[in-house]
Parts: sequence; C-alpha cells; structure tokens
Amino acid sequence: MVQSLNRLRESPSQTAGPYVHIGLTPNFCGIAGVFEKDLGTEMVNDKTKGERITVRARVLDGTGTPLKDALIEIWQADAAGLYNSPTEIRGAADPNFTGWGRMPTDMVSGECLFETIKPGRVPYKPGLLMAPHITFWIVARGINLGLQTRMYFADEEQANAEDPVLARIEHRSRVPTLIASRQDDVYVFDIHLQGDNETVFFDV
Amino acid sequence: MSIDPKPNRQPEIGAFFQRDRSWHPPAYTPGYKTSVLRSPQKALLSLDTTISEITGPVFGHGMLGELDNDLIHNFAKPGESAIGERIIVYGRVLDERGKGVPGVLLEFWQANAGGRYRHKKEGYIAALDPNFGGCGRTITGEDGSYAFRTIKPGPYPWPNGVNDWRPAHIHFSVFGHGFAQRLITQMYFEGDPLIWLCPIVRTIPDRAAVETLIAALDMQSTIPMDACAYKFDIVLRGRRSSVFENRLEGN
Repeated sequence: MVQSLNRLRESPSQTAGPYVHIGLTPNFCGIAGVFEKDLGTEMVNDKTKGERITVRARVLDGTGTPLKDALIEIWQADAAGLYNSPTEIRGAADPNFTGWGRMPTDMVSGECLFETIKPGRVPYKPGLLMAPHITFWIVARGINLGLQTRMYFADEEQANAEDPVLARIEHRSRVPTLIASRQDDVYVFDIHLQGDNETVFFDV
Repeated sequence: MSIDPKPNRQPEIGAFFQRDRSWHPPAYTPGYKTSVLRSPQKALLSLDTTISEITGPVFGHGMLGELDNDLIHNFAKPGESAIGERIIVYGRVLDERGKGVPGVLLEFWQANAGGRYRHKKEGYIAALDPNFGGCGRTITGEDGSYAFRTIKPGPYPWPNGVNDWRPAHIHFSVFGHGFAQRLITQMYFEGDPLIWLCPIVRTIPDRAAVETLIAALDMQSTIPMDACAYKFDIVLRGRRSSVFENRLEGN
C-alpha cells in the first residue's frame, strides 16, 4: 500500500435544462422583484476603456436550428489584456469593466447580444502571446456538460496567425469556426454544436 | 460586480486539474433525446488551462439581498410564504483537494411543491404557487459553507419518453475562482425512487458519481416544528501549486 492522495472527485455535471433562466436570468423569464437585475447583462459603463463592440452570438443544433433556450457566459480580458479577477497577478484590470457577461438566447430568434469591448492580448506561456479572444461557456437543455470554446476576431489576422491555441488545431479547415466575422461594429459568432461546420470545443 | 480584496490571502494561481470526462456525463446520451442533436461529434481540443481559464469573475457579498437565500419568502407577498415541505439545504463547496472554496457565488432554481416551474415555456397542469418564484443565490463563507431555505420541489413529467418523470431536484450553478471551475449540476433527494429511472440522471455513467448528487437527510440539522434539512456538498476542480511553473508575469 502507498499513501492515499485523499482527493475528492469533481461533482458530475448535469444539464442546465430548459428553465435555466429561472435561476440565472429570472427577470428575462418574467420573475421580477427577486433580484434587482439579471447578473452579467452590463459589462461596460461610460468610463470603460477600449473599443466598444457588440458580439452577436447564436448556438445551432445538428439541423442548423438556433437554440432558443441556451445560456451563454463570456469571460475576457480588458483592453490592456488584464483580467478583472483576484487571480490576475500581473496588474490591476480596468475597474470599469467586469470582463464577464451572461445572456440567454432570444426565445424567438435564438440570438443574443453582448455589449463589450475588444480585449487586449494575454500571455500563453513565457514568450508567447495569444491573439485577442473571448472565452465562451455554453449551457442548455440537451447539453450535459457546459461547452467551452473561444471567439477570435476576423480583423486580427496577424495575431490569429501567431496564436498558440489556434496553432494546435490539426484540421486547419476548422480554424474559421472560432473566428467571428465583422459587420460594422458587430462581431457575428455562430456556434455549431455538430455537423460539417462544428465549432471547435475545448477540454481545458 | 465588486471584488473582495482579501489582502491577507495570496490568491492561488495554478492551473486546474484536468477534468475526468469519464466521470461526467458524455455529450451524446440518446436516452436523453435532446442531447442527440446538441452533442458535438468531433473530439474536444485538449489544453492545459491558460490564464483565460485560470482567472474568473468573483462576486462580493454586497450584491446579495436579504432574502436571496430564502425561497420560502423571496417571492411571497408580505406576511405569506410558499406552500410545501419546508427544508434547509446546506453544505460546503470544496475543491478536489478537499479545501473549502470561499467567496463563490452559488445560484439555484427549482419547481414548486407540485413540480411546476414559473417559466413562460412551462405548461404543466400543476398550479403555480403565487408565493413561490423558484430562484435564489448565496455566496460561500470562509470555509466554503453555504445554506438556503426553500420548499422541497415536486417531481414533474417531461416529454422525453412517453412517461418520463424527473425526480425532485434543485438545479445548482457554481462559480469558483477560475472560469474553468464553472459548473452546473442538479441535487437529488435521499430515497427518491425516481432517481434511478431518470434519463437525465442516467447520462452519468457511474452509479458512484450519481450518489454524489444525492443530498442526505440530516435530522441533526432540522429545525423542530419548522424545517427539515438536507446536506449537499459540491466539489469543484482542484488546482496545482504554481511554485514550480513558469510564471505568467513578465511577458
């Protein structure tokens, strides 16, 4: 016998179900008066530094139908590439930027909009920078464990070409699934859960 | 969002232990029909956690309202309360190293005592309770502990198989200190025979894993003549010590 590692095991995930809004965005589904406002709907204020952008996201199932009951959370660095987190030790992030957003997809169109700023670059390992990106976490009915992916920006070609995470994607034809196209100030990011254009999801 | 400064505590900044995806439910679980078209078919891209997942949002206690952890009263008219079996749910948020995880936001939601959710898209014939909303939240204490008061939710039928019923359950959403710890799960109740019939429970391959989601009845923590108690601990991913790892600063 050897010593025990005395580790616990992570609680297994379960689907968020179709009524995830009750807990995470109650005002959105008509439960008013419990929480003043839904968390994560305001990432920026008047003083936030950086380029204002809108991210328009959808999640599509294996038939190409947008999910109307998904919930997306995003997490990103500020314009200087710092995270608003106690585990950020490189410096103080912009206090006027939360870095975290949460939106349900619309019950009719399946779209959701994040009003945010374009993030700066952050380090990967010493000497290597990642391209600007936003981390996505997607839950919904039918998704047993939250899906993690990233959104990169189509107008950051040079940075994307150097990105060490994008470089890990063996099938180069799949890289564009992580790159949002730009239409004026709106970045459009469609997340395909399965099929020919299946988005790259991460075990990270 | 505000951040508790906690100047006397060095934040842990190590990468997270890899997730054991054979312990979690796989994406494709055809017994749970909706998963069929919503499950990726290609392999996930594996990465050691980067700063983008090691960091994560942290919420201050200042965001909480007085009744946020009291579902019996937080939607009720003044002087009234929700109908049903009054319970206290309590426990700790730990990580895989057994350490309590302090200062993390827990959110929970559930149906009422009759199994009816307060949601536009829900049409089950059981009645709404005018004094029950079904949502609550709290933030863990220094040792990772939390508690809230609610009514025990009822089981309800759902359109999966012809005659599938969800066991009584409460949904939990848990943050952590890093975005990689983000977790949503469900809590079930000791002794419920519907647990082992449920296609959603059965997405979890290992019976021992399911058992970690079943809250224990704790008669020592009940409040006599008031509320029964159930204990439910939640385990988040642990993290490595960063002592010997390349430091992220200075790049």
